[in-house]
Amino acid sequence: MITKQHTHVLSRVHLFLAFFSIALGGTFGLLQGLVRAGAITLPSWLSYYQILTAHGLLLALISTTYFIFAFLLAGNGATLGDLSKTEYTLAKWGTIVLTAGVILAATMILKGDASVLYTFYLPLQASPWFYVGLALFVIGTWLFAAGLIHQYFAWRKAHPGQKTPLFAFLGTVTLLLWIIASLGVAATVLFQMIPLSFGWVQGVNVELSRTLFWYFGHPLVYFWLLPTYMAWYTVMPRLIGGKLFSDTLARFAFLLFLVFSFPVGIHHQLTEPGIQDGWKFFQVILTFMVVIPSLMTAFNVFASLESVPRTAGQRRSLFGWIGALPWGDVRFLAMIIAMLFFIPGGIGGLVNASYQMNAMVHNTLFVVGHFHITVGTPVMLTFFAISYWLIPHLTGRTFTPLANRLGILQTVIWSLGMLIMSWTQHALGLMGAPRRTAYTVYQNHPQAQVWFDTPWANYTLMAIGGALLFTGIVLMLVIVIYLGFFAPRSEKATFPLAEARDDGPQPAFLENWKLWLTITAVLILIAYTVPIFDILAHNAPLARGMRTW
Amino acid sequence: MHLHRYEKIWLSFGITSLIVFLAVLAFTAFAEGHTPPGGILTVSPESVDQVPPFNAPGVYDRGDYVDVYIVGQIFSYNPNRIELPLGKPVHFYVTTKDVVHSFTIIDTTVNMMLIPGYVNSATYTFEKPGSYLVLCNEYCGAGHQLMQMEVEVKG
Repeated sequence: MITKQHTHVLSRVHLFLAFFSIALGGTFGLLQGLVRAGAITLPSWLSYYQILTAHGLLLALISTTYFIFAFLLAGNGATLGDLSKTEYTLAKWGTIVLTAGVILAATMILKGDASVLYTFYLPLQASPWFYVGLALFVIGTWLFAAGLIHQYFAWRKAHPGQKTPLFAFLGTVTLLLWIIASLGVAATVLFQMIPLSFGWVQGVNVELSRTLFWYFGHPLVYFWLLPTYMAWYTVMPRLIGGKLFSDTLARFAFLLFLVFSFPVGIHHQLTEPGIQDGWKFFQVILTFMVVIPSLMTAFNVFASLESVPRTAGQRRSLFGWIGALPWGDVRFLAMIIAMLFFIPGGIGGLVNASYQMNAMVHNTLFVVGHFHITVGTPVMLTFFAISYWLIPHLTGRTFTPLANRLGILQTVIWSLGMLIMSWTQHALGLMGAPRRTAYTVYQNHPQAQVWFDTPWANYTLMAIGGALLFTGIVLMLVIVIYLGFFAPRSEKATFPLAEARDDGPQPAFLENWKLWLTITAVLILIAYTVPIFDILAHNAPLARGMRTW
Repeated sequence: MHLHRYEKIWLSFGITSLIVFLAVLAFTAFAEGHTPPGGILTVSPESVDQVPPFNAPGVYDRGDYVDVYIVGQIFSYNPNRIELPLGKPVHFYVTTKDVVHSFTIIDTTVNMMLIPGYVNSATYTFEKPGSYLVLCNEYCGAGHQLMQMEVEVKG
């Protein structure tokens, strides 16, 4: 019999691994900032690109996945009940397999045999065991996701005619999105990278691999964002003592995210040959379709914020709800600051995906600024906000005023660090500074000198922002350890789920999974069939694998 | 499904702006020719040195315009310094002999990927004389930060 205790333990394991990855990845990030500013040089046994690979994989892929799995597992437990034996076995073995994959890939990076960055573009050729590690990671996530998805559909079958719990519904969309997205990266890893690195084939089609990678790479960002939105929809209204404005629209927005997250990967390949202008533009249009569910989310979340209980005075004023919000509660504060960061984050994204403007920013530090102000802040800060109540919930402890004060300090440091670093990266990118490049002055070329000398945006400022963020990580780890092991015990800590305002009966098409998965598949086929066919038809000569580090 | 009146206004405003935005992108792209780099010509990375025009990379003045052929390899460009005229359209054709690189001229709109197996191309007209830094902004290996060349634009 699988009990709540089993799920809690598994969830705690994921949280622990998530924060361990954040600690390691954050340390590497600090070093990168310092190297790039010319403040330090790395010892000969450690290369900039080695730690950059580790930083990217640990923070973008590994810590996020562990955190999301911990959150979804705990939330499903709170809304659907305990896992069945099969579901628990899937989740447990999924965790083991994906962790084995992470350890294998990380070992290869530490040995210096996989300095290929977190995009591992062919024909850079890492040790085959690095790719085997990646494949195990993906397979592990599939097993884990299968367990939770099965839990959802089993509940649905056992409760015919009932609306499924919102949290579990949104979590299921998130997991389906992950599975469909990871098919792309699994294809290039299994059929191109592993055969090449073991020497079974002599060459690979690089453009095909990149297209498969970006079919995965863009929906990956929605895999980070959707759990973030889940916290905004299902938890935040409860924290402020209000109600979710619309349950139905939350579900509808998630389904639109699912549908529009895949047929868009080519907007990462706008400066590449091998893809026709017309198809590049078509995927750019589809990319911007996510504006619609994003606007729906913004409306729904802000309308929920307005439902905060107010005093008579606050009710009279149009913006009285702002003063009524619990600004002193870090569980809320971190989340709302996360939301505000998403405004410049989203605008930067519009620039990146704009067909012709992309050439101005492609592969510059602007892009780095963009993903630090999106995944690094709206997502990470929301994950921190979740941790403040999820850890006490899982460990049976209390969230104390001390933790709250430390959390507020953490939020301030993180926001300040991110403002400085991300601002600098955006500005340096517009001045042409390249991303993913070790310290260099380009033979003192004046155009490169500007990146060191401009007073309001330079590499030193970027490193200062990075150092603040690192301080934020250290403080966060202190809070996590305190909440996990030292805070006073209490059995009262719950998973704070909000109720929704009554917005009428839910239309049946929202739970018609066959319909939505079919639309998703059709859009993928429309967007990708011809570009992939073209790439195969060009029959570009294959490239041999190379180790260039 | 019920939509609040304010939400209808909000979404209509958002969707209308989106359509206007995409229309502007489409107009400048297809009516004014602001399209990103690209190309479908292929070349074997291993025989780049033997195949014209990349067997003799460099600058070719064609009268009204200029053709430039550049080969990228770890961790340099061939040639590593070129001179270009002011005010004449320059067509850049680039490819790579090994891994993925980029050909990025700082302070211009020339920023494109060198993908093994393909020739990439972009056009640019220099309006300001001076020395331009060209660098590789796609990670290509241990010496990636050393990969650079120079474009000297003379009036």
